Amino acid sequence: MNDLPIEKRARSHTISVLVDNEAGVLARVIGLFSGRGYNIESLTVAEVDPENELSRITVLTSGTPQVIEQIKAQLGRLVPVHKVADLTVAGRHVSRELALLKVTSEGEPRVESLRIADIFRARVVDSTNTSFVFELTGATDKINAFVELMKPLGLIEVSRTGVAAISRGPDPL
Amino acid sequence: MSEETLSGAEIIIRALVDQGVDVVFGYPGGAVLPIYDALFQQNSVRHILVRHEQGAVHAAEGYARSTGKVGVVLVTSGPGATNAVTGLTDALMDSVPVVCLTGQVATHMIGNDAFQEADTIGITRPCTKHNYLVKDVNDLARVMHEAFYVSRTGRPGPVVVDLPKDVQLATGNYIGREDVKHRTYAPQNVGDSGLIEEAAELIANAKRPVFYTGGGVINSGDRATEALRSFVRATGYPITSTLMGLGAYPASDKQFLGMLGMHGMYEANLAMAHCDVMIAIGSRFDDRVTGRLDAFSPGSKKIHVDIDPSSINKNVIVDIGIVGDCGLVTEALMAAWKKQKGKPDKDAHGKWWADIEKWRARDCLAYENPGDVIKPQYALERLRELTCGKDLYVTTEVGQHQMWAAQFLPFEDPKHWMTSGGLGTMGYGLPAAIGVQMAHPDALVIDVAGEASILMNIQELSTAVQHRLPVKILILNNQYMGMVRQWQELLHDARYSESYMDALPDFVKLAEAFGATGLRAERPDQVDDVIKAMIETDGVVVAEIAVDPKENCYPMIPSGAAHTEMILGSDSTSAKVSDSGLALV
Ligand SMILES: Cc1ncc(C[n+]2csc(CCOP(=O)(O)OP(=O)(O)O)c2C)c(N)n1
Ligand SMILES: [Mg+2]
Repeated sequence: MNDLPIEKRARSHTISVLVDNEAGVLARVIGLFSGRGYNIESLTVAEVDPENELSRITVLTSGTPQVIEQIKAQLGRLVPVHKVADLTVAGRHVSRELALLKVTSEGEPRVESLRIADIFRARVVDSTNTSFVFELTGATDKINAFVELMKPLGLIEVSRTGVAAISRGPDPL
Repeated sequence: MSEETLSGAEIIIRALVDQGVDVVFGYPGGAVLPIYDALFQQNSVRHILVRHEQGAVHAAEGYARSTGKVGVVLVTSGPGATNAVTGLTDALMDSVPVVCLTGQVATHMIGNDAFQEADTIGITRPCTKHNYLVKDVNDLARVMHEAFYVSRTGRPGPVVVDLPKDVQLATGNYIGREDVKHRTYAPQNVGDSGLIEEAAELIANAKRPVFYTGGGVINSGDRATEALRSFVRATGYPITSTLMGLGAYPASDKQFLGMLGMHGMYEANLAMAHCDVMIAIGSRFDDRVTGRLDAFSPGSKKIHVDIDPSSINKNVIVDIGIVGDCGLVTEALMAAWKKQKGKPDKDAHGKWWADIEKWRARDCLAYENPGDVIKPQYALERLRELTCGKDLYVTTEVGQHQMWAAQFLPFEDPKHWMTSGGLGTMGYGLPAAIGVQMAHPDALVIDVAGEASILMNIQELSTAVQHRLPVKILILNNQYMGMVRQWQELLHDARYSESYMDALPDFVKLAEAFGATGLRAERPDQVDDVIKAMIETDGVVVAEIAVDPKENCYPMIPSGAAHTEMILGSDSTSAKVSDSGLALV
């Protein structure tokens, strides 16, 4: 893969899209990705500016530089889109995910799961005699690692938010 | 602020009037009865009753493309809306400004599988530039005005406004178009001056330049056409055009190389292949134009001007991509080019033109005409002669006849040539001609048709007759889906699977059954008389010309081949299609 020239290499990009919070806007974005055959690795959306009725969509996608350029141009073409920013290209940024994990176990594995949670700074947000629900925030890699470690310790369910991201430094989107 | 209380249906009509709409193409049904009732009670907006909703959209496209104004469609919910989908997709692909009003079941019924309910917004989302569902009558006027704004500005396209019946009946406030500004949508019209400067330098220093222009120039308006004409003339450079751009530059001009692409001119495609600077304006490097991508004009620097940022670097990576309105950018380019210091390389240009003249001398449109059957090319040459000096608008269906029309008819002015380019929709030409005739009542409007395509929207003859729109339909009847047959001959060892048009109707009787005039030519010596009669006869005329069933359309770049691998009529046996080409459309 890595012997390919840069322009043929597919890379992950985190793209932020500011949109009018109107009915169907998410369907437009998702339809664009499926209709044109682009990848979606993660997608999150929530209103971020109720006063101006703006929502922010964060898409984690991958493609060659040409494809990524197309994705951005196509997103920009959607009528309710205000702004498209490629955080990966723009510079340093923070990206975080939140995960909730349900782990059922007793005895030593139960203790071990608590110990690991402590190392990862995961919080226990629900517990019974036989189960925990852990809450963990962090970069996708960190969450993946935590999930792997919990698997042998009775992990039965995972819920993740997908990535939210923002650029570092004083400048807004 | 002009504010008034009206019913939803009245708001719709008022908005149409405010937007300068004088005609709507439509078909009624339960979910739009209030709007039809409001239409009935006014005289500003005329309604053209079509016979199928697809026809309404194509008619609106014909109207829009021949005027530069937005075409308007009105259809009912469910089947009315789904029937419009092909037309909407056609308008999207060819960037035609159309506003399509669709009825919808009442808001409280939406989602319940009500009678004639369809998820029109969901269905049309990928085939419109934008769409709206209006749930509150107080949003209606704003949405109507926004719809026109979105449709017309930037890269034009179809916009659907879905109108639940209860919203049409409710009363609400009307606001005028001057009070509506879109929150987000503001296309970039002015090109980047730095890039324009760079491009001008490249243009000034070119040795083997070519302009490659498309429908965007025509869409941009008369100012763009003017700017293009002056710039091309000032440079003395050759120019070729896409199918969609024909007419932006006068075809009779020496600098014009004709259409390029799959069935384009030899000299145009070779100029593209061998140029050192390509100036693409309002064209989009479509696969019908580029042929095999990795062999597309390998030695050139490419400048691309387009209002749509997503067109730039989509298929072909360019050196300078300028986002902006074709007219404004071309004017700026010319101004910057004039200021360039260096002398143009006259020698190089002379050699370049000599090359082009050599390619021209191949006379790539030459065809054999033994005189015993009517050759389709001959029929179109006669049409060209016999319409000379007339205010002629041409529409087409899709197939060989469409390509021959593009090759043989004269295109001196923009907005006089309406053909389905991007989608290639059979059945486009007749309804489009109706829309054109509606906008230009005194002009000669001819649909150049194939016998297969015309049957796809033949019902619109009835529309033309009812509204006294005297369109002329010239059917080049080769008894085959000729373009399909040609591909089967070249690619599938002449196994003509389902491309023979068996059980064709008698087109003369068919015309008469609709109340139109039918004519037929079967021998070459009848062609002139039939075409003359077609032009001179008042009212709707169907003129059928029986042409050679086995004629192929050349030149041709087989799919997956490069511009330099073009086949000409004279060496048609040499068609070679690669395996990868076989998979291409
Ligand atoms: C709606 C639609 N269906 C199918 C096609 C595929 N197609 C392209 S050309 C063609 C044949 C057209 O035949 P005709 O109208 O007789 O024109 P000719 O090529 O013979 O001039 C067909 C079937 C199409 N373009 N549009
Ligand atoms: Mg035919």
